[in-house]
Order: sequence, then structure tokens, then C-alpha cells
Amino acid sequence: MSFFERLKSGLSKSRERINESLNVLFEMGPDVNPEFWDDLEETLVLSDMGAPASDKIVSELQDYSTKKGLGGAGQVKKALVEQIAEIFTPVEIDPFTQEKSCVLFVGINGAGKTTTVGKLANEGVERGNSVLIGSADTFRAAAIEQLDVWGKRANVEIVKRERGSDPASVCFDTLDRADELGSDLVLIDTAGRLHTSQDLMRELAKVVNVTRKRADGKYRVFVVLVLDATTGQNGLQQAKEFNKALELDGLIVTKLDGTAKGGIAVAISHELELPIYKIGVGESIEDLKDFNPDEYAAALIGEKQGA
Amino acid sequence: MFDNLADRLQGVFDGLKSKGRLTEEDISKAMKEIRMALLEADVNYKIVKDFTNKIKERALGADVLESLTPGQQVVKIVLDELTSLLGDTESKLTLTSRIPNVIMLVGLQGSGKTTAAAKLAYLLKEQGRRPVLAACDVYRPAAADQLETLGNEIDVKVFRGDGKDPVAIAQSAIKFAVDDLKDVVIVDTAGRLHVDEAMMQEAKNIKAAVKPDQVLMVVDAMTGQDIVTVVEAFANEVDFDGVIISKLDGDARGGGALSVRAVTGKPIKFVSMGEKPDSLEVFHPERMAKRILGMGDVVSLIEKAQKAADEKQIEDAERILRDGFTLEDFLKSIKGMRKMGGLNSIMSALPGANKLTQGADLDDSMIDRMEAIIYSMTKEERLKPKIINGPRRARIAKGAGVEVYDVNQLLKIFNDGTKAMKKLQNQMGGKKGKGKRKGFGGFGKMGGMPDMGDLKSMMDKLGLK
Ligand SMILES: Nc1nc2c(ncn2[C@@H]2O[C@H](COP(=O)(O)OP(=O)(O)OP(=O)(O)O)[C@@H](O)[C@H]2O)c(=O)[nH]1
Ligand SMILES: [Mg+2]
Repeated sequence: MSFFERLKSGLSKSRERINESLNVLFEMGPDVNPEFWDDLEETLVLSDMGAPASDKIVSELQDYSTKKGLGGAGQVKKALVEQIAEIFTPVEIDPFTQEKSCVLFVGINGAGKTTTVGKLANEGVERGNSVLIGSADTFRAAAIEQLDVWGKRANVEIVKRERGSDPASVCFDTLDRADELGSDLVLIDTAGRLHTSQDLMRELAKVVNVTRKRADGKYRVFVVLVLDATTGQNGLQQAKEFNKALELDGLIVTKLDGTAKGGIAVAISHELELPIYKIGVGESIEDLKDFNPDEYAAALIGEKQGA
Repeated sequence: MFDNLADRLQGVFDGLKSKGRLTEEDISKAMKEIRMALLEADVNYKIVKDFTNKIKERALGADVLESLTPGQQVVKIVLDELTSLLGDTESKLTLTSRIPNVIMLVGLQGSGKTTAAAKLAYLLKEQGRRPVLAACDVYRPAAADQLETLGNEIDVKVFRGDGKDPVAIAQSAIKFAVDDLKDVVIVDTAGRLHVDEAMMQEAKNIKAAVKPDQVLMVVDAMTGQDIVTVVEAFANEVDFDGVIISKLDGDARGGGALSVRAVTGKPIKFVSMGEKPDSLEVFHPERMAKRILGMGDVVSLIEKAQKAADEKQIEDAERILRDGFTLEDFLKSIKGMRKMGGLNSIMSALPGANKLTQGADLDDSMIDRMEAIIYSMTKEERLKPKIINGPRRARIAKGAGVEVYDVNQLLKIFNDGTKAMKKLQNQMGGKKGKGKRKGFGGFGKMGGMPDMGDLKSMMDKLGLK
């Protein structure tokens, strides 16, 4: 399947889900009764938006619907999607369409950093970029080998050192090599870590600082947090800590091909003013999509679980 | 974001006494607080609903109002209910007499299966078993390499087979185990989505082929509301016998653990607390319950540690790295322990510390004694312990009211500690930047704080067994 076809089928998949949910959630007849609001709140909480945010959204929507005299569940739903879509911080500068950019991928263990680097490398090549990958996860067993496979799949060169070496030096080497090759998109994978480990966060801050210094304005450096869509309320804390240590530029949300809705990303994007650049929808190299706030918002309330 | 549930409930029940009657409304308010706390902890929405209903009944029935502290009374009810829900059934890893025993791990992508597999192997090896790891994740690039590297690190054989067919690899691993006199096979499988039919079928096939004695599902502690959908599907399709909660070394409340129990009834067998092989621990329902309610011992300990590590201590840490560790620093680290509530509280709050302190009767008199000895030294002696000769030792012992032997022991521990510190410094200070992943993360800032391993050997040496 071509990328375009996949995109289309991905879209229709979520459209199906929305429709399905409309049947359950919104076509309850003309009355928007208390049960409707309860269900709506439940849907939002189940999407991992968080209970306080869900309560707030629902009560605001209630007011709004009354004021505007919205005629039924369908209209209320439309207003809700618009409202949620507006909460996201919009993308101002897309790191993947810059003339010269260097993007570092950071996040919790197993979030999907390495896979995302592979997918983005492939996307860059297809776009006609000269892409280079840096392997700064020098800690996890076989992390370099894993990234190597992705490099081969995307047909992109990888800069690496042996396991255990200094990750900041790998970044340095990577930018040296990028200079030699005249690369225009540099993607750097880092080791997964919990935001609660101060040592590891400090180490990562050093990696980022070294990269920023070495890039010296020649490459615009972006630090992107990769977030697993299944993450619950702790996601906000994660993002805060990573942001505090590294000054993040944006987010990528992965694993949206499951049933998790990634609602916590709404809070993160809003509260930390971080745009979402891409979303991951599978394990294959093409399973990456541009972020679309309306689509994301619709999917959030899209499926009523267990009904 | 949220204060401790106890404080919040206290607020709800404040001023209740004067009314002398607990109204339906008071209880509703309290339930709302509980609901928020549980949702904040990622307990599933529906389970929260059932749970709060149950609590409400009990709260209305109990003598909540009679109590001097109705808020705490309700917290206790919540804690009790949570604890029993989390841990009613036996949660030990039960191996059968079959040789080899087969343990199969399943879970979502990135949940921590491979790491858990290695930890399990390590644990079994410590118990005198001869485990072998079967690398059945043939999809994720370098997954088998990862397992093999981890296996090498703990000296456990990893069986890779043809690296193509997970069912065949699992089967051959069992044959291999028989031939090689191994008695447990741990089958690491690929991460899979519960909605991926082909992959769920594959898991079923592996299970059918090797008939595992135990199937364990690995669940990330940070998982949100969706956990219910996921574990339901795994329980229905593959079925499993128990759960390993991973990444509990983070600060997620881990309400998913409760959801898993409530939905599937499967016991939680282990919690996984880090990236090192020895960080798989037995599950404690009460600790988990407290953690879910934000009364978590671990969480609060980390907070305490952070508070104790003020700016000054960071400065100290830097100076120590530069000039070396002195007895003055040693004294500070002892005081640091006091600030955190003494040895006992540190030990009881630290998951895993019980392992270190097995049999050691810990009391704070040990801290007292060390402190007294150092206090009896002159400033010069504290900064340059080398000058402490025989007569000085005798004087110090007298001043502290201990034997010279105790002073000698303390100096020996100190010297050993300094050596260990030097070694650490060489690893950290070197340009290589490796060796940073050490010990309990939360203590990174505690300048001069000896780690738990040091404490244990310190206690051994002080004869405090
Ligand atoms: N279903 C699905 N799986 C994904 C997605 N992205 C990554 N994965 C899977 O998640 C698992 C972990 O992905 P990695 O890319 O290794 O994650 P990482 O963040 O690099 O992990 P560490 O380096 O170990 O911290 C792998 O099994 C991936 O195949 C996604 O969008 N959908
Ligand atoms: Mg990785």
C-alpha cells in the first residue's frame, strides 16, 4: 500500500469509528438529557483527558449549548470537537520541513522513539531530503542494532559508537558527519528514561546542550517528546519534567492504532504549549501521519467503550 | 496537582462535628474527592464508580462520625478496600514439578516484557534454578539481540532458534532446555496490540504449542484508562495467570493495577522497578493501595529526599567530587538520614530495602553512635581523618562513650566508603560518561548519602545484625 493509500485507509478507519460512536453516543434522539452529558463525560475520562478537564469541558459545553440553543446531539458533538481541537497548540514551525534541522527524540522507555526515527527517516527520504540518523541511545541493550535495521529500511546512513560510549559525543559526531554530507535533516535517537531519574535527566540535558552548541545556528535544533498514547495521567508529569530539563519543542504521539485515545496529549499540548507534529499508527515504516487536530479530537470522543 | 486524599477528606468533614450528623451530602462530597483521586491515579472510570459505591455503603454503615477524625476513618476504609481488592489471592510465582517449567510473557508493545524476562531469569537463578530465555519476538528489530545481551549480563543462556517462527522457537527452546539440563524456560514474546487479530492468534499458537505453566502479562504502570480494554482482550484471547507491573520506579500512581485486578481477577505477581536485573520485586497490595491514593511511601520518600537535598547539599556534592569525602560529610549524610525520619522509615519506605536488611535489626541507635563518635572529633580530625592516631582514637572513644573498637570500625567504614567513592568518581568523572545509571534514582541529589548497599555492609561491620 502506498503512503497515500494508507493515509486514506487510516482516515476512513477513524471515520468509521466516529460514525459508530455517533450512533451510540449522539443519535439518542433529540433530547440531550442528563444521561447524555454523563456519557459524554465518561467518554472524555476514558480517553485519558483527565477528570477535572473532562468535567470542565462538559459543563462549559452545557452552558454553551444552552446559550446557543443547539438543536441536538449532533450539533453538540460538532461543537465539542471544535472546542477540543482548539485546545491544541498549533504547529508554528514544522521541524521536518526546515531547510536544515536536527531533531532529538526523547521520552520514557518503550514510548516508540526508535521506531519513530525510522519512520521519519523514511518520510524524509521520500520527500527528497538528505537524511542522517544519530544513534545516541548508547545505553539500552541492542538499541544501536535496532536503529541500524531502521536505517537500512529507510536507506539512511547512521552515525554510531559502541554501546556505553558518551551519548553527547555521538551527537557531536553526527553533526560533524552531517556537515560533511551536507545533510538537511538530522534525526537523533536517545535512550529511554523515566523523568524521575534526575541523573538521567541531567545526562540528557547535557546531550541536548552539546547538540545545540555544536549545531551553532547552522542546524535548527528541535527536541521532541515521544509519548505513548496509552499513557494515563502521569503523562503530564512526564512532559513537564522533560520540558523543564530540555525545553521541548513539540510532541509525537505513538500507538494510536490501538484503542487508547491519547487524551493526555491534549492537556500536555495545551498546558506546556507544545504542538503535536506527527502521530504513530502502527509498527511499519509507513505508519506515520501528520497531526490533524480535528481528526484527533473526533477520535477522542469517537468510540464509546464497553457500550 | 492533588493533595493527599487524607487532607482533602479532612476538609470535607471539617465542621461536621458541630452538626452531629453525617448527611448524605457529606458522604457524596467525600465520594467525589475519592473519585477524583482514583481517576487521577488512572483507575478505570467504571471501576471507580463501582468502588465508590461500595465505599459509600461502608462509610454510611461504619461509625465514621463517632471517630475523632472522620476523614481519616474514611481514608482507612478506602485503603482497606483497595488493599483487599489488590491482593486477595496468592501472588507468588508458582512453579510446578514439570521439567522444564515454562513461563510465557505477553503484553503490549513497549510495556517492558524483554526487561522483565531477564529480571525473572535473574530472580529464578538466584533461587537456584537454571533458566533459559527464549527469544520469540521476531518482529521488532534487534529484539533477540537485546534479550541476548541482557542474558549475557546475567549469565543466562538465550535461545534464538531460527529467529523466524515464534512457535518453533518456543518449542525448540524447550527441547534445548531438556538437553542442556535447564529447568525453566522463559518465553519472551513480541509486543502486540489486543486488536491485532493475527498477532493475538500467534500468541494463542505459542501457548498451545508449549503449554506454559504460567502466562504472565506485563503491564506498564503508566497506562491510562485503556488498560481495561487491553487486559480484557488478553484475558479472553490468550488468558494469563498473573501480572507484572512495570516501570513502577516512575511516579505514576499505577491505578491500572487495580483495574487489572478488578476486571480479570488475576493476581499481580511482581512489580518491576528499574532497568537493572535485580529490580523485580514481590507485590505488596498495601503499598500499591497507598501509592494509588497518593499516600505512596515511595513518592513521599522521594519528595522528602528532594527537600532534604537543599542547595547547600548540592554544593557539598560538588565539593566532594572535587576534594574528596570527609568525616564532616559523613556526619551530614547521617543527619540527612535523620531528616528523612531515621533509618527505619527509610528502610520501610524503600521497596527492596527489606531485601538488604534481612535479619538486620535496624535501630536508630546506630545512627546515634556514629554521630556521637564524629561529634567527639575535632574539626581538623573530621576534615583529615588520616591524622587520627591511637591516642586520638582513645580520646574520641571516651568522648563518645564508646569503645575504641567502635571508633576503629567507623574509620574503617569511612575509608572503605571513600575508596568506593573514588571508584565511582573515576567512572563518572571520566569523559566516557557511562556508569551513570546507578542505585536509586531519587537519591542522585543527596550529596554524600551512602547508597543502600553501603549501608548494609556498614551495618554488618558495625555488628548490627
Ligand atoms: N502498534 C504500534 N506500536 C508501535 C508504534 N510505535 C512504536 N511501536 C512499538 O513499540 C515498541 C517500542 O518501540 P521503540 O521504538 O523501540 O521504543 P523506544 O522509545 O525507542 O524504546 P527504548 O529505546 O527501549 O526506550 C516496539 O515494539 C515498536 O514496534 C505505533 O505507532 N503503533
Ligand atoms: Mg529506542
